[in-house]
Amino acid sequence: MSHSRITVRNLKIGATTDSGRRVEIIKGVSFDIAPGEIVALIGESGSGKTTIALSLMGHTRSGCFIEEGNIHLGDAEITSMSERARASLRGTKVSYVPQSAAAAFNPSKRIMDQVIEITKIHKLMPRDKAEEKAVELFKALALPHYDTIGSRYPHQVSGGQLQRLSAAMALIGDPDLVIFDEPTTALDVTTQIEVLRAFKSVMANGGISGVYVSHDLAVVAQVADRIIVLKGGVIQEEGTAEQILHNPTHSYTKELLSAFEPVLHEAIVSPTAAKHTAPILEVRNLFAGYGPVHNGEPSAKILKDVNLVLPRGRNLGVIGESGSGKSTLARAISGILPPYRGEVLIDGYEMPHALKSRSKEELRRSQIVFQLADTALNPAHSIGAILGRPLTFYHGMKGAERDARVVELLDMVRLPANLRHRLPGELSGGQKQRINLARALAADPDLILCDEITSALDTVVAAAIIDLLKELQRELDLSYMFISHDLSTVEAICDDVLVMYKGEVVEALPARDMSSKAEHPYSKLLISSIPQLDTGWLSSLEQDPDLVAEFALR
Amino acid sequence: MTTRTTFLSALPTPKRLGYSFNLTGRIGLAVILFWAFIAIFGPLLAPYPAGEIVDWDYFGPMSDKFWLGTDYLGRDILSRILMGTRYTVGISLAAVFISVAGGVILGMIAAVTGGWFDMVLSRLLDAFNGIPSLLFGLVTVAAVGSSIPVLVLTLAAIYLPGAYRFARALSVNVNTMDFITVARARGETTVYLIVREIFPNILGPVLADLGVRFVFIVLVLSGLSFLGLGVQPPNADWGALVRENIEGLSFGAPAVVFPSIAIATLTISVNLFIDNLPTKIRDRSE
Amino acid sequence: MRHKHKPWFLVSQRLGIAFLTLIIVSFAVFFATELLPGDVAEVLLGQAATPEAVAALRESMGLDTPALGRFIGWLLGLAQGDLGTSYVNNMTVAELISGRLSNSLKLAGIVTLVSVPIALTLGIGAAMWQGSLFDRGISILTISVISVPEFMVATLSVLIFAVWLGWLPALSFGADTSSFLEMLRAYAMPVITLSFVVSAQMIRMTRAAVIETINTPYVEMALLKGALRSRMVISHALPNALGPIANAVALSLSYLVGGVIIVETIFNYPGVAKLMVDAVATRDLPLIQSCAMIFCVSYLSLITLADMIAILSNPRLR
Repeated sequence: MSHSRITVRNLKIGATTDSGRRVEIIKGVSFDIAPGEIVALIGESGSGKTTIALSLMGHTRSGCFIEEGNIHLGDAEITSMSERARASLRGTKVSYVPQSAAAAFNPSKRIMDQVIEITKIHKLMPRDKAEEKAVELFKALALPHYDTIGSRYPHQVSGGQLQRLSAAMALIGDPDLVIFDEPTTALDVTTQIEVLRAFKSVMANGGISGVYVSHDLAVVAQVADRIIVLKGGVIQEEGTAEQILHNPTHSYTKELLSAFEPVLHEAIVSPTAAKHTAPILEVRNLFAGYGPVHNGEPSAKILKDVNLVLPRGRNLGVIGESGSGKSTLARAISGILPPYRGEVLIDGYEMPHALKSRSKEELRRSQIVFQLADTALNPAHSIGAILGRPLTFYHGMKGAERDARVVELLDMVRLPANLRHRLPGELSGGQKQRINLARALAADPDLILCDEITSALDTVVAAAIIDLLKELQRELDLSYMFISHDLSTVEAICDDVLVMYKGEVVEALPARDMSSKAEHPYSKLLISSIPQLDTGWLSSLEQDPDLVAEFALR
Repeated sequence: MTTRTTFLSALPTPKRLGYSFNLTGRIGLAVILFWAFIAIFGPLLAPYPAGEIVDWDYFGPMSDKFWLGTDYLGRDILSRILMGTRYTVGISLAAVFISVAGGVILGMIAAVTGGWFDMVLSRLLDAFNGIPSLLFGLVTVAAVGSSIPVLVLTLAAIYLPGAYRFARALSVNVNTMDFITVARARGETTVYLIVREIFPNILGPVLADLGVRFVFIVLVLSGLSFLGLGVQPPNADWGALVRENIEGLSFGAPAVVFPSIAIATLTISVNLFIDNLPTKIRDRSE
Repeated sequence: MRHKHKPWFLVSQRLGIAFLTLIIVSFAVFFATELLPGDVAEVLLGQAATPEAVAALRESMGLDTPALGRFIGWLLGLAQGDLGTSYVNNMTVAELISGRLSNSLKLAGIVTLVSVPIALTLGIGAAMWQGSLFDRGISILTISVISVPEFMVATLSVLIFAVWLGWLPALSFGADTSSFLEMLRAYAMPVITLSFVVSAQMIRMTRAAVIETINTPYVEMALLKGALRSRMVISHALPNALGPIANAVALSLSYLVGGVIIVETIFNYPGVAKLMVDAVATRDLPLIQSCAMIFCVSYLSLITLADMIAILSNPRLR
């Protein structure tokens, strides 16, 4: 073979569906990776990026099989090998860093045993040598307590640390190629930076080749030399990172890039704002939490003294990392988690805290939409029944009147009327999220609480949902409270932004120039941690280490 | 999501929803349907009255006149098995429906309401599980006397805790889903949540569970009859037929072999059918 | 989520729950047996007894005191190890039960020693080579055994081993059990039958538990580290399936104490289950209640033990 470390030619991978049908999921893919080069596979869910990455190790998930083509790793031909021969390559020649290290570490074994397992399986070195090497890698990956962290169990270290430990696990056998399968997707942005830096430095030192699978162009821009854009199991475009980011040729790549650039939100004037002087939502000194209640206070206190005002026709963004209490805020406002102190006012009227004591009319005025469209729609009900229920419940609609309104609602969220006969399982992720919105609209609400509603969607689909939200706002005189960890989405739809940290609002900012106006150190850290579409962003990023140590939830 | 279907095929059918039964499952289903047919029409097909002594010989062999031979009194075994089907299948079905219906209703209520109702009920039924099932049946039947209603209720009581536990676990899973939260936030009542939101989502696994429990009940009923505490003479279910003719075992009389085969084919085919159900139906809510 | 619970806290919590359940059970057992129609006085005196005679006997046996008082007395007695006195003959319940219980435990012990190793090996093996000919063979065998009534397994064993092959006696007791070989022969039929029955359940549950853990990302990770199937299963899947497997074994073993009435009847084996059924016929309440409590105690202690194994095998709870 030539100088490529890995050569993939005309790779075709098939799958058998639950109903026994055979479909082709990878449709003839070819590419090369040179020694020391890091190549990114980028695409949406269903593009086949993980399937291709796993096939480089000779592994296909159950129901999938390599139909055609070949994969060379150095001189070895992976596609024609026996399973035993493939096993001998795994960990020594090519290794894997999983998307969720938390799931990929065996919960009942100590970290060190798992990190050095490759040396044991392939009999590479004695145990003490292997442990020494692991500790060196822990050090190189900037892990705290690198000399003792191996003796812990996986549940005793944080997600960001586990992700770096899984990189150590991949590197212990000195592989020629490391596959990173969305390794930072599950992490918070402030954590992601540390992990990306650690990956970058260990990869640069060893001259190892890498495959980096991701859906996030900005992350990929920081680590990859070359980018391969995939869609539906076909390569759309291939080029250097600079070229893909700045001179894309394929229309799909352009679409991906444009979905990334936020279109800044223009505030609109509510037609009814003059009549209503009270803000649509006001929250005063709100406290909420979970767990057994003692002396009127729950044991786990989440929200602490939250205040906010959302004027009619405007949109309020709430940003923060996992554990910041932003979703709890939406639940407390809607009454799903009754607050134990403070006030929630909708249109100037104080809401009873508990769901049960709110009237139908009070419930109708604010609706909540959840992140995971899959679990928010009852899989046993047709779309028509899902949308029809709030119509009957709040408005007493029945029969033909109700059916007509269901069709109208589907039209509002730009879905065809015949979708009402389908079950949720037959819809795509974007369609399901539209149905979720339509169900909220069925109540004729004034306020919609959107809890991470675009976070589980692909970039292009998410951008379309944001556009839809804006159109609906113009047509229906709505106000949104928009909860997200993704700042560019918030910029695209919100007028004002609240930054939350550990259950408290640390700062309120105008959405248009968050980065320049942020004053609280945490807001600054959070905003500066958002990856930019620029290959040099990570290397030139400077963050105050004290600040990082104080706030980043590593 | 790669499934795209045309508008016309909107009705959910197994094929369209993407599942089909494999060969083993189909064989199981065929045997189940066969016994269901016999249970309904069996007595019409019986060549002789089930209680009548029709042969001078006892433990007679298979012959043109008596297809499956005769029993220890010279009665026609085919006719007696046809009659026994009703008792075995009928009593077991009635018991399994009562136990599963009761278990599912209580389980869903416990899952949705939670709190002390859930705790007390769960503890109580768990404790009940500790009493061996056949022994409980024996003690009850021995104490109050055997009759068909007593058998049905006893068998139902034995399997209610298991059905409750199963339905409760499924409902607890479904209850954590966002669509339940959405319905709660809309202001729906507990009854609506249970009937409309939870029940349709546990139905598949519950039906599979019903099959498994049906087999257990057939086995316990046969055991009771085998010990002489089940269906009382002159009537007999399959277990009682084995008991009556156990003397013929040592020389392999058809009178003891065929009732045994009847039990085994029914229970094995139900188990095979359940085991080969597409996972989509079996564990839909997991 | 961080678990602040220490293992001893969880373990003592389980013990507390088991104890609470036991109190509920004793309450249920006592009053359920009280509800049995007919009473011992009528049974003892026969149908010809005059109402006066029955009343006199009831009074002399203390049956006319209120049920709650007798319950508390009974419970206090139990707590001190006093199981009461049989209504039927004047022996203490402890005397009546002890011989039978040791018989039952002996049988259960032998069956455990035979079936647990076999069942775990076959169950883990079937999971390891899931879908292979071996797995399918095991699957058909176990499904057949759990599908047929126990008396069929027993009669088939008798037919094969005692009648056709003539290797073993059909009946368990009454045969000479003085020499070791003879004892082996005497126990063989019940042990074979019960081993089949409990192994089938254990194999299926073990297989299911192991397969569930095989389908986790960390076992896939082991595959991607180059581990072969045996290592994936034994080193990665098995430690995490320990809890469910312990539970499956506990359930099967609890069955061996009181669930073996068919085997005791067919092989004429004098165990506790048969004692209880006989006690029902004579309405000997103290004996019935003690038997029921023995079954519940053995069930609860096995299940609690399995719970503790699950807790201790899980570092997140440990």
